[in-house]
Amino acid sequence: MSKVIKIKKGLDIPLLGGAEKILQSAPRSAVYAVKPPDFHGLTPKMLVKEGDRVKAGTPLFYDKYNEDIVFTSPVSGTFSLLVRGEKRRIMEVNIQADPETEYIQFKSGDPAGMSRQEVTSLLLKSGLWPVIRQRPYDIVARPGDMPKGIFISCFRSAPLGADLDFVVNGQESLFRKGLDALSRLTDGDVHLGVSASGTTSEAFLKPGKARVHAFSGPHPAGNVGVQIHHIDPINKGEVAWVVDVQAVIMIGRLFDQGIYDASRIVALAGSEVLNPRYYRVISGAQIGSFTRDNLRKQAGTTPRFISGDVLTGTRIPADGFLGFYHDMVSVIPEGDQPELAGWIAPNLDKFSISRTFPSALMPWRKFRLNTNIRSGERPFVITGLYERVLPMDILPMQLIKSIMINDIDMMEKLGIYEVAPEDFALCEYVCPSKIEIQSLVRDGLDTIHREFA
Amino acid sequence: MLKIVEKVKPHFEKEGKFGRFHRSFEAFDTFLFVQGNVTRKGSHIRDAMDMKRTMFFVIIALVPALLFGIWNVGLQHYRALGVEVDFMDQVLFGLGKVLPIIIVSYAVGLGIEFLFAELRDHEVNEGFLVSGMLIPLIVPVTTPLWMVAVATAFAVVIGKEVFGGTGMNILNPALLARAFLFFAYPSYLSGEVWVDLSLKEGQQILDGFSGATSLAVLAAGETAQLPSLLEMFLGTIPGSIGETSALAILIGAFILVSTGVGSFRIMASVVAGGLLMGGILNLFAVNAFMGIPPYYHLVIGGFAFGAVFMATDPVTASQTGTGKYIYGLLIGVITVLIRVVNPAYPEGMMLAILFMNVFAPLIDHYVVEAHIKRRMRRVKEVRNAIQSS
Repeated sequence: MSKVIKIKKGLDIPLLGGAEKILQSAPRSAVYAVKPPDFHGLTPKMLVKEGDRVKAGTPLFYDKYNEDIVFTSPVSGTFSLLVRGEKRRIMEVNIQADPETEYIQFKSGDPAGMSRQEVTSLLLKSGLWPVIRQRPYDIVARPGDMPKGIFISCFRSAPLGADLDFVVNGQESLFRKGLDALSRLTDGDVHLGVSASGTTSEAFLKPGKARVHAFSGPHPAGNVGVQIHHIDPINKGEVAWVVDVQAVIMIGRLFDQGIYDASRIVALAGSEVLNPRYYRVISGAQIGSFTRDNLRKQAGTTPRFISGDVLTGTRIPADGFLGFYHDMVSVIPEGDQPELAGWIAPNLDKFSISRTFPSALMPWRKFRLNTNIRSGERPFVITGLYERVLPMDILPMQLIKSIMINDIDMMEKLGIYEVAPEDFALCEYVCPSKIEIQSLVRDGLDTIHREFA
Repeated sequence: MLKIVEKVKPHFEKEGKFGRFHRSFEAFDTFLFVQGNVTRKGSHIRDAMDMKRTMFFVIIALVPALLFGIWNVGLQHYRALGVEVDFMDQVLFGLGKVLPIIIVSYAVGLGIEFLFAELRDHEVNEGFLVSGMLIPLIVPVTTPLWMVAVATAFAVVIGKEVFGGTGMNILNPALLARAFLFFAYPSYLSGEVWVDLSLKEGQQILDGFSGATSLAVLAAGETAQLPSLLEMFLGTIPGSIGETSALAILIGAFILVSTGVGSFRIMASVVAGGLLMGGILNLFAVNAFMGIPPYYHLVIGGFAFGAVFMATDPVTASQTGTGKYIYGLLIGVITVLIRVVNPAYPEGMMLAILFMNVFAPLIDHYVVEAHIKRRMRRVKEVRNAIQSS
């Protein structure tokens, strides 16, 4: 860990409304949901019918193409509603929660004494398996694969991202137990990416067997994809697995107590939040339970609720549900008001990577940015901008173009196996042509995946 | 204002009364207002920078060259007459000559852009905001307006729209307009065209007046008649409207580089290429032109203007970082080579940039290939490491 990997490219977007380090318990929400669209590429097959009683850990549905992978209920209660979208796609499985959670009792024990098979089957049975995702393709990991390493980013660099040192505080032993379990799943190493300046928790800095790598620099230094790229890049045919810090803690709890306890700590942040802070909630909670009385009332603007960060998160309604992988809720203003001559005006309240806005002269300022897109989509014109925010040995514009023309050979050569949409979120943010880059990268990954599936 | 726009908007919807103009309306609407459109997918917030602002800053960077050009047109005119007039008269004369060219360029170019936007049903692109200003600045002030119109139309249709519009073109449209004039109407772009010599009654041109550009002077081998270096740097010399003042262009370059709109890599490497080639020619100097100090090349002709405003066009330049260095360097080298070695084309900048526009994709191809090769080597190293362990 002596060596610090310095990330030079990237951009920290200075947003107002970072969460204060205060932890509150959110009131229990009445309804919880598991949302199949949170898991990219999943075709869910239901295992329960509306009206069935479930416990925390009861399988709700499984993956049609990977029948071992089941998705379980985070709470006990009644399966109250199945929400379908276009083409009858299953969008939400709603559970009307009991006042107290009843858990299904799984086997517990020290993972160090278990075989890979035992660890895998416990994770699968409890419904915790989907917390493990794989690169390439950025999808739920396949239990049959042998990953070359398991990567965990122990800090968030995304705008308003949660402080994971604060989150892990008091749960260090569960985190270590989770790491022990994960280390059974690979014959490579478990790698932790920590912040050279920010990380102080012993859980991250002295994790025992896992290897620690320190990173410095702006966002996306905290993206696990960027970290893998600098630690041990993925080549064609290789698989790496990635897990979030809070998921490691959940795994630790499973092995400790034998239950699927989906509680996690979530940061509520953004300029529209009255008192941005942390809440202890259960995965799939209705965000209204902790956002409702904590919003700024601002005339003329409506808030947008995002499960996740502002660059990669999912837009949800005010009474929507926390996403499976998310550890924050961002609330920012909608930008649905036209602005007179907005492209000429000095725009003191806007932030830009380019120096054509006064924000370049005020590096200390934080901004209340809205969701306005500012222009229609244009062809590529400006060059050299994506390269400034993608700290990887990858030519972003050329890769995106190869995806646009569906050139699989070129995508491979230019490194599509190493990237996930979230790594291109900043490229999308800075793009003056307003091209939807994250969904393009997703299309490219899907194309390659189909080709070699 | 918003109310008026909102009121007429329904008529310009696709199904409305003026439905066929809905792209034009949209262009004006977005020109007046940043629309209230919000992000639907992907990143929820977006950088405030957009194409309009980018183009706007290029225009700002062009303003010093434009203002100087307007004044210089008047200055050169009255100098040729041998008449002393005050500053304002010079500016007014210049304005009277330059403004019509700008208006014609924008009217014709934007007219075609709007037409294509309606026909093809896409948004009107902002690219011509810059091209429309560049074209007047790189032609001689005496260019007839109809010729400006024809050249602009040629550049926009053949140079840009046939490829699919802004962002898809291979050649720099403004330079293409210039090249079109150069080859279609050579007599209007060489000789006594650089100074406006239109006379009012009772006026006459000074005896012994020569309106030749520094390049023509050099090509003729009359080094002694060259204006002083200071004059050439300040730009009080005959030439295309906006290209004469290296100082004004330098201010523009400063604006482009400090805002990050223009590529410093390209500007610097064009200059480096010019100096390099100038220096090499010095070594073999067999005539006066080959022997001039290399830095002279930077201040005469269209070198500075081309390096700052033309070579840096991101659409037609190399797109890779390394490619930009090669592209710029070759532009500088070829410019000086054409100027000095081929006296038939004294202005090498235009041709060098157009030439390199064509080769930019090839440069990028090799840069990308090298990048891929490096990536492949990494794979091999990893494989070997695995096998040996």
